[in-house]
Amino acid sequence: MDTAGSFLPIIAALPFLGALFPGLMIQAGRNTCAAFTAAPTILALVLLLLCAPAVLHGEVLQFQLPWLPKLGLNVNFMLDGLGLLFAGLILGIGLLIILYARFYLSREDPMGQFYTYLLLFQGAMVGIVLSDNILLLLVFWELTSLSSFLLIGYWKHLPEGRQGARMALVVTGTGGLAMIAGMLILGNIVGSYDLSVILTQKDLIQADPMYLPALLLILVGCFTKSAQFPFHFWLPHAMAAPTPVSAYLHSATMVKAGLFLMARMWPVLAGTPEWFYIVATTGLITMLIGAKIALFKDDLKALLAFSTVSHLGLITMLLGFGTKMAAVAAVFHIINHATFKAALFMTAGIVDHETHTRDIKRLGGLRHLMPITFVIVTFAALSMAGIPLLNGFLSKEMMLEEASHTIWQGNHWIVPVLATLGALFSVAYSFRYIVHVFWGPQRDDYPSKPHDPGFGMWAAPAFLVVLVVAIGVAPFLAEPLVRASAGAVIGGALPEFHLKIWHGITPALFMSGAAVLGGAILLALHAPLMRLWLATPRPEAKTMFDAITRAATRASRAFTSGVHNGALTRNGATFTVTVLAAGWLAWSSGETLSESREMLPIAAVPAIGWMLLIVATIGLVAFHRNRFLALMLMGIVGLIVSLGFVYFSAPDLALTQISVEVVTIILLLLALNFIPRTTPVESHPARRMRDALIALTGGVAVTGLTYAILISDFAFESISAFHLANSYKGGGGTNVVNVILVDFRGFDTYGEIIVLGIAALVIFALTDTVLKGRGGRWLANWDKRKYREAGDRHPLMMVVATRVMMPIALMVGAFIFLRGHNEPGGGFIAGLIVAIAFLMQYMASGFAWAEARQRVTYHATIGVGVLVASVTGLGAWLAGKPFLTSAYGYITLPPIEKFEWATAMAFDTGVFLTVVGAVMLALNSLSSMARRTGETVNIFPMDINPARADADGTDEGNA
Amino acid sequence: MEMLLASAIGALSAAGIYLMLRLRSFPVIIGISLLSYAVNLFLFATGRLAVNAPPVLRDGVETYTDPLPQALVLTAIVISFGMTAVIVIMALGSYLSSRSDTVNITRDTPAEQEGDA
Amino acid sequence: MNHWIIAPVVLPAVMASIITLTVRFHPQLQRIFSLASCGALLAIALGLTAVAATGSIEVYELGNWPAPFGIVLVLDRLSALMVLITAALALVVLLYAIGSGWDQRGNNFHALFQFQLMGIFGAFLTGDAFNLFVFFEVLLIASYGLMIHGGGQRRLRAGVQYVIYNLLGSTLFLFALGTLYAVTGTLNMADLAERAAEIPVGESGLLRVGAVLLLLVFAIKAALLPLHFWLPETYAEAPAPVAALFAIMTKVGAYAILRMYTLVFGPEHDATADIIPPLILFAALVTLAVGMIGILGARRLGRLAAFAAIASMGTLLIAISGFRPETTAAAIYYMIHSTFAGALLFLVVDLVRSQRGEARGAMTPAPRMPQHGIIAALFFASAIASAGMPPLSGFIGKLLIMDAVRDMPEVWLIWSVILVTSLIGILGFAQAGSAIFWKTTTPEPVPEDADAAPVAATPTPALPLVASFTMLAGIIALSVFAGPVTHYTEATADQIHTPSGYINAVLGQR
Repeated sequence: MDTAGSFLPIIAALPFLGALFPGLMIQAGRNTCAAFTAAPTILALVLLLLCAPAVLHGEVLQFQLPWLPKLGLNVNFMLDGLGLLFAGLILGIGLLIILYARFYLSREDPMGQFYTYLLLFQGAMVGIVLSDNILLLLVFWELTSLSSFLLIGYWKHLPEGRQGARMALVVTGTGGLAMIAGMLILGNIVGSYDLSVILTQKDLIQADPMYLPALLLILVGCFTKSAQFPFHFWLPHAMAAPTPVSAYLHSATMVKAGLFLMARMWPVLAGTPEWFYIVATTGLITMLIGAKIALFKDDLKALLAFSTVSHLGLITMLLGFGTKMAAVAAVFHIINHATFKAALFMTAGIVDHETHTRDIKRLGGLRHLMPITFVIVTFAALSMAGIPLLNGFLSKEMMLEEASHTIWQGNHWIVPVLATLGALFSVAYSFRYIVHVFWGPQRDDYPSKPHDPGFGMWAAPAFLVVLVVAIGVAPFLAEPLVRASAGAVIGGALPEFHLKIWHGITPALFMSGAAVLGGAILLALHAPLMRLWLATPRPEAKTMFDAITRAATRASRAFTSGVHNGALTRNGATFTVTVLAAGWLAWSSGETLSESREMLPIAAVPAIGWMLLIVATIGLVAFHRNRFLALMLMGIVGLIVSLGFVYFSAPDLALTQISVEVVTIILLLLALNFIPRTTPVESHPARRMRDALIALTGGVAVTGLTYAILISDFAFESISAFHLANSYKGGGGTNVVNVILVDFRGFDTYGEIIVLGIAALVIFALTDTVLKGRGGRWLANWDKRKYREAGDRHPLMMVVATRVMMPIALMVGAFIFLRGHNEPGGGFIAGLIVAIAFLMQYMASGFAWAEARQRVTYHATIGVGVLVASVTGLGAWLAGKPFLTSAYGYITLPPIEKFEWATAMAFDTGVFLTVVGAVMLALNSLSSMARRTGETVNIFPMDINPARADADGTDEGNA
Repeated sequence: MEMLLASAIGALSAAGIYLMLRLRSFPVIIGISLLSYAVNLFLFATGRLAVNAPPVLRDGVETYTDPLPQALVLTAIVISFGMTAVIVIMALGSYLSSRSDTVNITRDTPAEQEGDA
Repeated sequence: MNHWIIAPVVLPAVMASIITLTVRFHPQLQRIFSLASCGALLAIALGLTAVAATGSIEVYELGNWPAPFGIVLVLDRLSALMVLITAALALVVLLYAIGSGWDQRGNNFHALFQFQLMGIFGAFLTGDAFNLFVFFEVLLIASYGLMIHGGGQRRLRAGVQYVIYNLLGSTLFLFALGTLYAVTGTLNMADLAERAAEIPVGESGLLRVGAVLLLLVFAIKAALLPLHFWLPETYAEAPAPVAALFAIMTKVGAYAILRMYTLVFGPEHDATADIIPPLILFAALVTLAVGMIGILGARRLGRLAAFAAIASMGTLLIAISGFRPETTAAAIYYMIHSTFAGALLFLVVDLVRSQRGEARGAMTPAPRMPQHGIIAALFFASAIASAGMPPLSGFIGKLLIMDAVRDMPEVWLIWSVILVTSLIGILGFAQAGSAIFWKTTTPEPVPEDADAAPVAATPTPALPLVASFTMLAGIIALSVFAGPVTHYTEATADQIHTPSGYINAVLGQR
C-alpha cells in the first residue's frame, strides 16, 4: 500500500468528520459556518489532486483495512480513473454548492443543519466512488439514501418537502435493498466482495446461472438511484428541496451514483444481450419520456429535473450499448452534463431567488434586468441543447454517432431515430428556458423586482459555464481525464479516438442538425402543443405512489389492530389451539409406544374420589357464574387432589396442597369482598361452544399424554435413585422429598422462596399504587351495606374458636417444621400453617382489629428470610464448598438423647420466614384496601352492640 | 387406576381451559388454578404411580415411590401459589381502578397511557 | 471451583433483600445500593466473560452434589456473553430510570429490578431444566411487578393480560418438563442430551412432544408468532425503562431455544431434527413480517417500538433456525444488536413522550420539543439501527444473517422476506419520524390570564440523555468492532455446536 493510497480513507472520512462542525460553528456566524464546511471539502479535494497524476498515468491506488473479514466486508478503497472523475465532480461541485448555498439560504433557514447534511451526503457519495468492496459500497449507497432524505426534507414545514423526501427514500431504498441481494449473489459467484477481484472475473460471472438475477437486482438499484424509467418519478418531487440541494443531487451526485455503478460494473456485466436490451432500452425510453415531459413543465426546476432524467437516460443508453466507444461517450457526457446542469440549476435558483417565482408563465423578458444570469443561462442551456462550441455538443455528437450504428432486434433505424427525437426535444426545452424566461417583452407583474444577484451567488455557475465553454472550444483539455476514466470503465485497451469538434460529414451531424431545427420548430409550436398536452390525460406518478403507500399504511393498520385487538379470550384460544396442534404434529409424526408397565387395580376409595372430582369440576364449570359457589367447589377439588396425593404416597404434597388451598381460598374470599359476586352472561352461545370444543380437545390431549406416560416406564433409570440412596448418608434426612428440597435441589427452593418474596413485594407495591389512585378514591366512599352479607361480621363463636386455635396452630407449625427433615413437613408447610393461624384472626375479627395488633413489618420478615437462606448458602464458602452445600451432625444433650442439627434447617428457617412474611404481607395489602372502605378498628374483637352501633355509624357516614 | 388419574387430570385441564377463556377476571383466575392443579398432578404422575410407598426412608423397606417429581411438584405448587396471589390482587387492582373486571382491552378501555405514570 | 459463577445470581438477591429490609424508606439509598449492585455485576460479568473467552467451560455444582443429581450452573461462551449483555443493559437502564425519576413512581422498584436481574442471570447460567423453570418464574414475577410499576388503568389491564398469558406459559413449561422427565428420568441438560440421543425409536413420540412443547414455551418468551400476543400491549404500556430492560427478556427465550436445541435436541438427533427447525423458521418469517407491518401500522410510538421488537425477534430466530455454526454466529451477533437497539428505541420513545405534552407518543402534529434537535437525532439513529440501515449494527447483523443462510434450501424465501419487510419497516420509520419531528405545530400562545397552561413539556435532565447516548455508543461500538465481536460469536457458535464439550464438562469424561 503506497502513501498515496493511504490518502483514500482520509478523503472519504474528511466530509464525515467535517459534518461535526457546521452545527457548532453556526453560532459563530454564517460565514464561519460556511468556511468550516468548505475546509474539509477543499482539503479532500487537494488530497485527491495529489493522487491525480498517478491515476492519470494509469495507476490504481488502493487501501485496505479489515473490518469484518469473516463476512468479507472490509474497508477497502481504490482510486482509478473513474473514481477520480467522480470524486472530482462530487468534491468540486460540492465546493461550488457550499459557496452558492451560503448566499442562497435565508436567515430563517438553519444553515448549520444544512451544511451538516450536505457534508454527510458528500461523504457518502465519495465513499461510493472510492469503495473497492461492494459491501462497503452498499453501506455508502444506503447512506446516500438516508442523507438525501434529510436534505430533501430540509424544509420541514413544506408538505411537498416531507413527501418528496419520503418518496426518494422509499424508491432509492428499495433499489438499495434489491442491490444487497444482487451484491451478495455476485460475491457468491466470485467468492470475494472486492471489486478489484470481481472485475477480473467477467467470464465466470457471465457464465453463471445466477448472472441474470444478479444483473437484474443490481440494475434495479442503479435505475432507482438514477431515476430511470419506471422509477423516474421520485426525482422531480425531490425538487421541493432548496435549490442548492437540487443542483448538487441532480447534476453531479445522487443520480449519478447509479450511472457510476453501471460504469463500475461495466467490464463484468456488460456485453451480453441481456445487458444491452435491458439497459439500452431503459435508457432510451427514459431519455424520450424525460425530454418530452420536460418540454411541458412550467416550473423551471421541474423542467430541469426532467431534463436531468432525460440526460441520465441518454448516458444509461450509451452504457447499455456495450461498445467501448459508447462507454467513452458516456463518460464524457457525464462530465459535460455535470457542468452545465449544475450551472442551470443554480441559475434557476437565482431566478427564483430574485423574482420569487419559478413559474415560466409568469416570467419572460428578464434579459435586461438580469444580464449576467442571462449570459450564464444562455451558454449553459445551449450546451444542453448541444450547440457547437459548447461541451454538450461534443458528447451529444458522439452519442448520436453511436446510436447511428446500433441495431435493435435487427432493426437499423429505430435507435437512431428515437435518439434524434430525444435530442430534438432536448433542444426544444433548452431553448424554452432561454426564450420564455429571458426573451420576450419585459413584464411589470413580477412578484418582486428582479435584478442580478451578488457576486457570491453567480460566481459558482459562472465558473461552471467557463468550463462548459473551455471544454467546448478545446476538447483536448478534458481528454486525459476522459481517457483515464473511460479506460477504467472499459477495463482494457481504449479504442482509438480523439475528442474534437469536427468529425467531418457524418450521419451524426445530420441528426443533430435535424434535432436543432426540429427543436426550434417545436418551441415555435409550443402554445398549441401545450394545450394538447394538458388535454391528454396522463398517469400522475405521485398520486399513484401516495395512493399505494397510503393503502399500504391503512392495510397494515387494519391488519395490526385487527390481529392484536387486545382480546385475551381470543389470544388464549389461539394459544391453546397452537399448543394442541403442535403437540399433535409432534406426536403423530413420531413412533408411538406400547405398554411396558402393569396397571394398578382400581380400588373403591379412589374411584369414589374420582367421581367426586369429576362432579365438582363439572359443577364448577356449570355454576362458575356464582362466584362463592365456585370458590367452594374449587376448595372441594383441591381437597380431593390432596387426598389423591395421600393415596399415592405423597404425604408432603398432601400437606402442602391442603395448606396452600386454604390460604388461596381465603385470599380469594377476601378479594371477593370488593368485586362483583356473580359473573354476567356475555359471550355468545356459539363462542361458548367454540371454547367448550377447544377445552374438551385439550382435556383429551392431556389425558392421552398422561396415560401414555403412565403406561410406559422410564427409558433410563431416574436420577432419583441416587437421591433415595444418598438422602440419609449425604443429606442427613430420611424424608427424601424434604432433603431434595433443602439439599439436593436446594437451589430450586431458593428461587422458589424468592418468587414468594417478590410476589409479596409486587402485591404491596400494587395495592399502594391503586389506593393512591382512582381505586382508592372509589373505595373511600364505598357503600358497605350494598355488600354486607350477614349482620354480624365477626361472629362470637368464630372469634373464640380462632383465639383458642391460635397457640395450637403455632405449636403444630413448630412441630411440622422440626420434623420436616425426617418426616413429612418442613419450613414451607410450617410457614403456611402459622400464616393460616394469623389469617384466622383476620377472618374472625376483621382486618383492622388484627392489623392494629400486628407488630412485625412483613417486609422485614421477607428480607430476613431471604437473607437467612442466602447466608446459609454462602456459609458453605467458608468451608470452601459451593453455594448451599449442607453440613449436619448429631449432638447429645443430657435430657434428650441424640438430636440432629443440619445447616439445611437454617435454610429451612429462611423458607419459613419468607413464607410467613409473604402471606401476611399479601393479607396486609388486602386489609389496607378494607381499611380504605372505612372499616373502623373494632374496639371489641367481636360485634357486640356498642361496636355494632359504632360500625353502623360509620356506615351511615360512608353511605 | 392410571386411567382414572389420567382422565381426572384431563377433566381438570378441560375445565381450566374453558374457564380461562371467559371474559371476566374471576373465572379466568379459577381456570388458571384448575390448570395448575392439573399440571401438578401431571408432574406428580411422571414419577409413575405407587401406593403405600412414601419416600420416607424406613429400615427394611426397599420400594419407595419416586421422590423427585414430588419435590418438583412442591416447588411448582409454591410458585403457582405466589403467582395466583399476584394475579388475584392485580385483577382486583385493575377492577378497582377501572371499575370493570373484564380481561379484554376494548374500545371502552381508557386510551393508551403509553408509559405515562 | 470458581465461586464467581454464582455471584450474578446471589448478589442481586442479597442486594434486593437488603434494600427491602433496611432502606425501604430512603429513595436515595435505594438508588445507591441498586447502582452499586449493577456496577459490581457488570464487573463480574466482564470477569466471567474473560474466563469463558478462553474456551473453557466452568461448572458450578450447587450443594456440592455431582451432576446430574444436583443442580449445576454452567459458564460457557454463550452464557457468559448473555450475562455480559444483561449487566451492561441493566446499568444503562437503571441510570435512565433514576435520571428520569421513573423509579420513584411506585414502590419497591429497585428491589424488583434486582430480583429481575437475578432471574435473568439464573436463566442464562443454569444447566438444569427444572431450575431453568424456576428462574423463568423468578424473572417473570419480577417483571409483573415492574410492568405495572406506577399503575394506571390501562397498564393494569395490560398487566393482567401479561400475567395470565405467562401463567399459561408456565403451565405449559411444567407439562413439557414432566414429559421429558417421564421419558428420560433426568433434568440436567447435559444428561438430558446424552439420554435423548439414545432414546429408543419406540419412545420418540413422547420425546418429540416434550421437545415441541418446550419449544412453544420458549417461543412465548421470544414472542414468536402466534404466541407473541402478550408483547405489544405489555411493551407499549410498560414504564419505558422497564420496556427497555425487557429487551433482554425476549432474548432469554431466544437463548433457551439456542441452548436446548443445540445441546439436547441438536440438529444431529434424528428423533427431533425433522420437526424443530422448520417450525422455528416459518414462525420466525411470519413474526418478522407481522412485526414490520406493525411498525408501518402503528399509530403511536410505543406500539411502533413494540412491533420493532417483534420484528427483530423474527430476524433473530430466522438465523437461529439454521442450526449451523455460521447461522448461529450471525444470530448471536444480531442478538447483541437487537438487545441494545430495542432498548435504545424505548428510551428514545420515552424522551419523546415526556417532551411532547399532551400529544405524547401519538403520531400527530405537536409543538416543537424543548430538545427537538437532540431527540430527533437520537430517534434517527435508533430508527436506522432498528430498521437495519447502514452503517449501524442492524445492517451488519442483517448482512451476516443473509450471508449465513446462503446454504439453506429456503435461502430465497428468507432473503426476499427479510428485504421486503425491511422496506416496509423503513417506510414505517420514515413516516413516524416525519410525523413526529417534521410536522411540528406552532403552539398558540397561552393568554396571560389563563392559569391553566397546557401540559408542561419540560426539557429532560442530563442523566437520561447520557444513558440514551451510552446505549447508542454501545451500538456504534458493536458496529465498529464488528470484526472482534464476530470472532467471539464464531467461537461461541462452534462451542455450542459441539455439545460433547459441554456434556463432558458437566458430567465428567465418561
